[in-house]
Amino acid sequence: MQRIGVFVCWCGSNIAATVDVEQVSRALGKEPGVVFSTNYQYMCSQAGQDLIANTIRDYALTGVVICSCSPRMHEATFRKTCSRAGLNPYMVEIANIREQCSWIHKEKATATEKAIILGRAAIAKVQLNAPLVAGTSPVKKRALVIGGGIAGIQTALDIAEAGFDVDIVEKKPTIGGKMTQIDKTFPTLDCAACILTPKMVDAAQNEKIHIYAYSEIEKISGFVGNFRVTIRKKARYVDEAKCTGCGLCTEKCPQKKVPNEFNLGLDTRRAIYIPFAQAVPKLATIDANYCTMLKTGKCGVCSKVCTAGAIDYKQKDTFVEEEYGAIVAATGFEPIKLDKYDEFAYSQSPDVVTSLEFERLMNAAGPTGGVLLRPSDKTHPKTIVFVQCVGSRCADGRGKSYCSKICCMYTAKHAMLCREKYPDTDVYVFYIDVRTPGKNFDEFYRRAVEEYGVHYVKGMVGKVVPQDGKLKVQASDLLGGRQLHIDADMVVLAAAIEPDKSARPLATMLTASMDTNDFFTEAHPKLRPVESPTAGIFLSGTCQGPKDIPETVAQASAAAAKVIGLLAKDSLTCNPCTAQPDEQMCNGCSSCEKVCPYGAITYADKEFRGPNRTTLVRRVAQVNPAVCQGCGACTVACPSGAMDLKGFSNAQILAEVDAICR
Amino acid sequence: MQQSVKEKARALLENGTVSRVLGWKKGEFCYDLTPSVFTRVEEVDRDFVYSDFSGANLSKYLISESKKNGKVAAFLKPCDSYSFVQLLKEHRICRENVYVVGVACDGMCDPRMLEEKGGVLRVEARGDTLRVESLYGMEDVARKNLLLERCRVCKSKKIVLFDELLGEQGKEAPAGDRFAEVSKLEAETPEERFAFWQKELSRCIRCNACRNVCPACSCEKCVFDNPKSGVANKAAADPFEENLFHIIRAFHVAGRCTDCGECSRVCPQHIPLHLLNRKFIKDINELYGPYMAGSDLESKPALLTYDTGDCEPSVVLTRGGEQA
Repeated sequence: MQRIGVFVCWCGSNIAATVDVEQVSRALGKEPGVVFSTNYQYMCSQAGQDLIANTIRDYALTGVVICSCSPRMHEATFRKTCSRAGLNPYMVEIANIREQCSWIHKEKATATEKAIILGRAAIAKVQLNAPLVAGTSPVKKRALVIGGGIAGIQTALDIAEAGFDVDIVEKKPTIGGKMTQIDKTFPTLDCAACILTPKMVDAAQNEKIHIYAYSEIEKISGFVGNFRVTIRKKARYVDEAKCTGCGLCTEKCPQKKVPNEFNLGLDTRRAIYIPFAQAVPKLATIDANYCTMLKTGKCGVCSKVCTAGAIDYKQKDTFVEEEYGAIVAATGFEPIKLDKYDEFAYSQSPDVVTSLEFERLMNAAGPTGGVLLRPSDKTHPKTIVFVQCVGSRCADGRGKSYCSKICCMYTAKHAMLCREKYPDTDVYVFYIDVRTPGKNFDEFYRRAVEEYGVHYVKGMVGKVVPQDGKLKVQASDLLGGRQLHIDADMVVLAAAIEPDKSARPLATMLTASMDTNDFFTEAHPKLRPVESPTAGIFLSGTCQGPKDIPETVAQASAAAAKVIGLLAKDSLTCNPCTAQPDEQMCNGCSSCEKVCPYGAITYADKEFRGPNRTTLVRRVAQVNPAVCQGCGACTVACPSGAMDLKGFSNAQILAEVDAICR
Repeated sequence: MQQSVKEKARALLENGTVSRVLGWKKGEFCYDLTPSVFTRVEEVDRDFVYSDFSGANLSKYLISESKKNGKVAAFLKPCDSYSFVQLLKEHRICRENVYVVGVACDGMCDPRMLEEKGGVLRVEARGDTLRVESLYGMEDVARKNLLLERCRVCKSKKIVLFDELLGEQGKEAPAGDRFAEVSKLEAETPEERFAFWQKELSRCIRCNACRNVCPACSCEKCVFDNPKSGVANKAAADPFEENLFHIIRAFHVAGRCTDCGECSRVCPQHIPLHLLNRKFIKDINELYGPYMAGSDLESKPALLTYDTGDCEPSVVLTRGGEQA
């Protein structure tokens, strides 16, 4: 029988206000094996920790139960406390009576009863706990950044700056991401390309950074410090080593009618293309969906004009396998599809555009060479209506419930730029609220209204009808209490942003959690904002939530700091809660080996004693504890129950269930 | 066919290809054949029977037989071959010690039907009919009316793996909708379903026949035999059998069950245990794509693999059934 001490924490009033801590400690004091039970205001404080340590010594405790907050919060703290007092840290169990009890209950009687039950379960578990000793595992000193936008580039540059190797995997033919498509940046109105492209070049030239452009993540296995990743390098049909990026092929290619995704389909490109002039790496790529040679075998113009002999129509996808200590997700965002918002006539008129399309129409490298022209008839628009919150803060289920955060500022920027370049245009902005927190943000918005004379109207646009070359806009002015009818030449929709579609399958590969909107969840919303709850996975940029460029860059550097902290270590302490097979019960069926995500299980033929002085050779499972991460997948897959997890044995879990149901 | 199987058994022993033959031994009645190992030709001559009642699946016995010295011949019907391959995949059978004789099969008869008639003396196969001779007279019964449930909805007539084949190799074409019963239960309300299973499972006497006959239930040490588990008792002292025993067993064999139907065939209380396993098979097919345990040696078991195309747990939870 263990000698167990129970320590009930008040957590100030967090627990004590809804749980009668005195009653809990008294009730748990009567449980079998409990030799000491008390409660204290802040168990995690120095005084509280001293109380635990002294009691361990004075009462010769062999097990400790702490009824407090979630083990995610302070399990490590209390394990250290007990370790200092000479108790094996794995003899500590936490009963979570805060997040799972006091915070979710209102009635003191029921909360107290539940706290007692949770404490009882922890005591039942400690009865079966055994001391465990942790080993160590080495750290692979190389980082992987998934996504080569401004977030990924910044993270990679910072990690490389600290002296560690880092790889960027970008699915598009060039790094740069969404920022390459943006014309100017708020609130300073400096040119996006001018500040981004030097960083792209820095990344490409940095010896510590390797860029896998036009590549995707195929497979991820392993764990913190030791990830093993397979990268698929998609076939460009162009030899990267030979191509000089001269662009001759992209001028001669006879297939001219490919929608240009860099300009969001507002103009066309060739089947062999370089996304834009400053692309990094500057290599041509053949679009297999449009290339006549690849589709019919008849053409080959690019191959004829290429002086470097770089065209290779037979190129196949290749795979690279690499090991990493840390992985950063920087998968970014996409504007939502607007097919559910047909009241704005997006699909009916080319003059209704999204804000990102508007960026291209204003950009010197865009389809109109930086002159604002209507896509339909290439005339100057005289009246422009901006509609905010298209799909953001949506209550009717068609869009996103969250605020996309960047639209208020970029719409103010667009409106301001229109008025500055073309003072004869009338610019209306329809908004629900204008949200401009941020350094120099509100001043920027006020300048748009006060100095540039943009008409800000509180209210939503109800309908846009294309008629006689005009866009009839019906809207409500909530402050004026009237209906507005505007004959606009162009309508610009501030579409909500959502995580890139590649994020969800990536999260599954990373075993990183996501929220209902497919944004990656952080380990702690306030205190660990750039780490995923999965160890060794870090978050950079908009894959974690909507952000503007300064915030993205700040978060990217923060993620890099966390990665550097991890890679600076030579070894990590392993989790001693690893799987262990009962060889007598093992059938050798390989179920556990098949489900093990870490490759920790192998099989060996072993001799066993049979009946009547015989020996039997049986195939049994063997776990490598240095590789096992204690996920427990094998223990549930094992059909005969031969596999057990140290620290979370089937017997311990059933003892907890029994204690709860008692 | 009946005679050629027996002759093959005889020949294999006689010419020394194998030292033992796994087959069916005649019982007290013509319909209660028992799996048995034959080591001598005389035993084969005297007791070996292959008939419409050789329903018993022989694969499970190969776990221990294949580990003994010398080679053993096993007669495997199509559905037995699925169990055999599944056990091979689980490294339970030493393949090199087994000589597999595949036996084409048109379905096996259910001895229970004859038991219920009472006083049966002799059964003679006459093409599509069986002439049943009993104390009460003679009767011609259509063979299809006497088939085991699993044969009426036969999943496959293909013999997955064999060293030698008697008869013709069949196809995987299913004979009927073997999930019809499951679908019917799925359509019921939870209360109706609970009542159905309570009625069925309350008859369980925990004889363990289903477990002992099941080829997937072949653990070195069964959880139900572990005295520490608290559920090893065989007396129906608590509602364990009714509530948990069969569900736990179905979970333990999920993804490995080949739907051989032996559990229901041997249940003395006539509990339709195969429905539990078929529910799992149906779910696996719907959630993870068609998968048949034991249909080959290479495919990865649906429940032991994971890829990003797998449906999310929430889909399983809401019973959407569609791939995510």
